[in-house]
Amino acid sequence: MQNISKSYPGVKALDNVKLELQAGEVLCLVGENGAGKSTLIKILSGAINKDSGEIFINEKEVEIKSPFDARSLGIEVIYQDFKLVPELSIAENILLGDEPLSGNSLFIDKKKMKEAAYLTLKRLGEEIDVELKVKNLSVAKRQIVEIAKALSGKIKIMAMDEPTASLSKSETENLFNVIGKLKEEGAGIIYISHRIEEIFRIADKITVLRDGKLINACPVYEADRKKLIKWMVGRDLEDEYPRVVCNRKHEILRIENVNSKRLKNISITLYEREILGLAGLNGAGRSELANIIFGAKGKNSGKIFFLNKEVDFKSPREAIDAGVALLTEDRNLYGLLMQMSVKENISISNLVSLIKGPFIRKKSEKKAVKEFISKLKIKTPSSETKVENLSGGNRQKVVLARWLFSNAKLIIFDEPTIGIDIGVKYEIYNLINQLVDNGIGIIIISSDLPELIGICHRIAVMSNGEISGELNEDEINQEKIMELAVVNL
Amino acid sequence: MKKVLSKMLSDYGIGVALIVEVILFSQLSQYFFTADNLLNVSLQASITAIIAVGMTFVILTGGIDLSVGSVVALTGIVATSVIKIDLFGLPFLSFIVSILAGLAFGLLSGIIAGLFVTKYKVTAFIVTLALMTIWRGSAFMFTNGRPVWGLPEMFSVLGGGRIAGVPIPSVIMIILFVGAHIILTSTRFGRYVYAVGGNAEAARLVGIKTNRILMEVYSICGILAALSGILLSSRMNSGQPNAGIMYELDVIAAVVVGGTSLNGGRGTIIGTFFGAMLIAILRNGLNLINVNSYIQQVVVGLVILLAVLMDRQRMQ
Repeated sequence: MQNISKSYPGVKALDNVKLELQAGEVLCLVGENGAGKSTLIKILSGAINKDSGEIFINEKEVEIKSPFDARSLGIEVIYQDFKLVPELSIAENILLGDEPLSGNSLFIDKKKMKEAAYLTLKRLGEEIDVELKVKNLSVAKRQIVEIAKALSGKIKIMAMDEPTASLSKSETENLFNVIGKLKEEGAGIIYISHRIEEIFRIADKITVLRDGKLINACPVYEADRKKLIKWMVGRDLEDEYPRVVCNRKHEILRIENVNSKRLKNISITLYEREILGLAGLNGAGRSELANIIFGAKGKNSGKIFFLNKEVDFKSPREAIDAGVALLTEDRNLYGLLMQMSVKENISISNLVSLIKGPFIRKKSEKKAVKEFISKLKIKTPSSETKVENLSGGNRQKVVLARWLFSNAKLIIFDEPTIGIDIGVKYEIYNLINQLVDNGIGIIIISSDLPELIGICHRIAVMSNGEISGELNEDEINQEKIMELAVVNL
Repeated sequence: MKKVLSKMLSDYGIGVALIVEVILFSQLSQYFFTADNLLNVSLQASITAIIAVGMTFVILTGGIDLSVGSVVALTGIVATSVIKIDLFGLPFLSFIVSILAGLAFGLLSGIIAGLFVTKYKVTAFIVTLALMTIWRGSAFMFTNGRPVWGLPEMFSVLGGGRIAGVPIPSVIMIILFVGAHIILTSTRFGRYVYAVGGNAEAARLVGIKTNRILMEVYSICGILAALSGILLSSRMNSGQPNAGIMYELDVIAAVVVGGTSLNGGRGTIIGTFFGAMLIAILRNGLNLINVNSYIQQVVVGLVILLAVLMDRQRMQ
């Protein structure tokens, strides 16, 4: 790909970018959100059309106008946001658009389809019932199905946009094995990830983009962690995980013997000026606990005390009014109203404070929103911009701004930096630290262990619906967390 | 000026189409651009346009209400039957009660639709399709298929009267459009309607009582369909069990031509106004230039397609 350019109204997403990929090679495409990585991949896959530039495959110029064109050229893409049909089974999804027919008839050969799906999943080291509907799967399993779907075709080029964002460690290992096999088979792989460790593990070559421009392209051995961050961010980052001193004060939240469909006897206490982390594997029940505290799901028994008063939130509205906030794991699906503006997303949970008679005081609304935009450094053309046009990091800041505007006293972050790049991650950690200093209770759920270890003062580990242990600041390390995470399995 | 014009064009492309249409018919027919005819168009448009206001709320939440045409008919039957009842020899009291009874029926229909949608999680399409045939059947059942005649003169004032020369239904229509515009753009409820339509689960998680919003939009739609039914029966000076047949489609067409997305979350009430007017003016203009009614149907269909296509282009 060379001289690739693409503009959107008001932004030049790609400016004269070049990308070279050899057969049997893993190229890591790195850069912050909004750098143009996804745009470049989408052009390659035919999901969007370029404004100018050329694409060559095996030294022959090709026109890629649609995903169909791309697939017939042997280009497969795994997107960050899934392209699965929830109502269909795993097998049906994997072979979607490529169904085996029985003989020359119009009918799908279901047996063959199941077998093909099963074999593809096996290559990924995964053995699940391929007749399960995708809607019943966890995010991690969906990701694997998404990867399997791409694997089912004949692949010359495989592009992966953050494939490991929701995978566990062993699932990630399996994926790396598959990447290794694909390499041996002579496929070229373009890999996008924010996890720098991964890049150094699997890359042969690195291409760095920033603000739509090509910053650097070099073999991986010419780079190191520090250099890479500098290329991506454009400046040095002193410390990846800023930390505040733990200064534990009075209790904010106390959970006593909470039971639910998946949780067993959860008891835990959160204090002011202390960041509490929740670690565990996917499906351990961490998100369920968050949803119960937030009133989005019901509990069967147990007590919750918030600011020394027993509470029993029946809906998110009650929790929000009391001062509880939840930043959901999937912010695009559950956290944001994508078609609405930045302004509307920030004010929506606390319109009460802006009401005069029956009307919203638009001037006050705008003023309040502008304050948050500058305070949280949200990068947006204006407060009227639709959230769907913002990058992942800025979307997360919008969600955070909403909860700050609604005067949250306890904020639960579920995977706060998933899909967010290093520069903005750092800003988010700083914001979290500021909030703790201001006396707001913070719970962080994360599968990114270095992140949890980096910013939390105490970590509770969950395993199979129970809390299997709590680690204080001086006892936290990766091995202990992993041990506790698998204790009930 | 240029900026304002281009914003108009991008925000209300349909408005521009409307202007083109008006200019075109003014050229083709001398009678078209006269006060008499324009008031006439507004009167013709008012019955479906009033329902379109309610339908816009429903469609903005991602729902649909197919029962409105039948609500129009049954409301007419209810109102005309009630006004014939003698209440303490006070005809004005009968008049007021008949209107309230009609509106109450619309509200009831909306509440039933809302309950099934929120509580029993049935798709709005199916619920309102069922209500459509239930109400239509009821209208024929109560009247044995015969119109309700012999109404006091007072009843025809609503649909036939004028205020400062403007037909009362047109006045009501304008008031409703202005009111709905303010509600959608400037109140909490309006904001919530868009949020629920954009993503119901996300809306619940930001603290919106989504079920309540849905109950409210179906109630609004029911009441406005009933209001339309009262105005229509007043204009016809009778309760007709076969009134309002296919209105649901005219109404949905007006809303969609006005740029509101059937998926919910996107759309404006001004768009709906332009959509309703575009279709009404088209029918009126074609009549004036003597296009026969078969061809008219085809043309209206084509214009709907064209308008929606223009809207698509604009979105990209």
